Amino acid sequence: MEHNFIYNLINSDIVAIIAIILLPLIFVLIYALIAILGELKIASFVQERLGPMRTGPWGIIQPVAEVVKLIQKEDITPAAADKKLFNLAPYIMFVGAFAAFAVIPFGPAFVPADINLGLFYLFAVGAFAIIGIVMGGWASNNKYSLLGAMRSAAQIISYEIPAGVALLAIASLAGSLNLNEIIESQSGWFWNWYLFGGDGPIWKIFVIPFTLILFIIFLVSTLAETNRTPFDIPEGESEIVAGYHTEYSGIKFAMFFFAEYANMFVVSALITILFLGGWNSPFGDFMSGPIWGAFWFILKAFFFVFVQIWLRWTLPRLRVDQLMYMGWKVLVPFSFVCFFAIAFWAMVK
Amino acid sequence: MSLIDIAFYFFAILIIASAYIVVTSKNIMYSAFALLFTFFGVAGIYVLLNADFLAITQIVIYIGGILVLIIFGVMLTNRITGVDIKTGTMSKFQIWMTAILCVIAAIGLILIFTQTNWNTALSPTKASTIEDIGTLLLTDYLIGFEIASVLLLIAIIGAALIARRKTN
Repeated sequence: MEHNFIYNLINSDIVAIIAIILLPLIFVLIYALIAILGELKIASFVQERLGPMRTGPWGIIQPVAEVVKLIQKEDITPAAADKKLFNLAPYIMFVGAFAAFAVIPFGPAFVPADINLGLFYLFAVGAFAIIGIVMGGWASNNKYSLLGAMRSAAQIISYEIPAGVALLAIASLAGSLNLNEIIESQSGWFWNWYLFGGDGPIWKIFVIPFTLILFIIFLVSTLAETNRTPFDIPEGESEIVAGYHTEYSGIKFAMFFFAEYANMFVVSALITILFLGGWNSPFGDFMSGPIWGAFWFILKAFFFVFVQIWLRWTLPRLRVDQLMYMGWKVLVPFSFVCFFAIAFWAMVK
Repeated sequence: MSLIDIAFYFFAILIIASAYIVVTSKNIMYSAFALLFTFFGVAGIYVLLNADFLAITQIVIYIGGILVLIIFGVMLTNRITGVDIKTGTMSKFQIWMTAILCVIAAIGLILIFTQTNWNTALSPTKASTIEDIGTLLLTDYLIGFEIASVLLLIAIIGAALIARRKTN
């Protein structure tokens, strides 16, 4: 339990466990508000307008207003929908998104569950998102929902392969699937991050191109897995209205929305852990420690959330065949090449 | 009752209740989605047995792979054939046959359960099983591992061949 300060703080086991579960939940709630504001403000910056300005100074209370609006809206279940599954789907989505937070190390002193298979676990809980999307899309009894759900499932399954190969390559470099050990093996200055080939002698310059390409492959695959533009084909509004959540309204729509934002943070945290040294300070021992660790981790993860929002408002949407071409014929072969090169380096190092 | 016991009963009830829905539901989509909870409960039981790798593999393969495949199969064939696929009612003869078979299976299971000499460990001896599994797969069980991987490769090539667009 050395990686969890709450166990030292609270004596009772049950209370400590409840506190450990609540802490990431509170974090996600606050983060979602910040991300909604970021989405609104970055979108308006890209489009050269001011965005929301009336709710609070510079409109910073706008996300609260948005959430209150969604909660008090009428919750409509279509008459022809399958009511049980229709109501269950948003919960499955949210459970899948929140389950990933169980292993995310927010800092050297706080990991909700420090399990040895953290990386594999993160990869596994992604399955719940597919089930939730397919359940919602099918139960809505709407052809656009069903089309969106099928596109989404096909997309997530396709892009899991390059993402999984990237995970394997980093696991072979670190020699561990424990997220904390992967982060600890990148300690020191920022050139020890796996983005720059990890810790090693000067000969690691030959492996740096492969890790950089792997980083780009992983970034693109995670974008596709969270259904964000340029891969938001499952909810392409010009083709299939809003995809799998066409029929959802009010609080259930809010839950889908919330799960999407939570997933955005999870993949950003994963990129941070695998390639950017997690909670390590970029400057060696300078500004490192439990609290600085949490600061660096959240800063790095928020940067990738920003990148996702930035890309959404900059790039146009891909076509379905372009998406499949890119996944299977570009990312998969390149990720295999990178994996072999990095695994070879991990062996001779 | 400790936390482990509470967790065990939670997962056990989850498995039994959802498995009951899988078998008895008239709507085949309900059966498919109820499998989600059954698989998840089994993964939970594996965690309680300190089989961490097995638990996560259960989620990856059964929920992420097989369940998605089942749901797609049901979803795509349900409407195309024009016939609503439903679990039909059974005749008296079928019910009796099933009952007899179930009783025989139950007696067999109880006999195995009472006759077997179970090896029990008092406390978890390993923090994680993955290192041992990896070592064993690449030493003692290498041939089985390689045969399985070749079989999967053949299956992938076969699927790609069937799905390929005919050029002529």
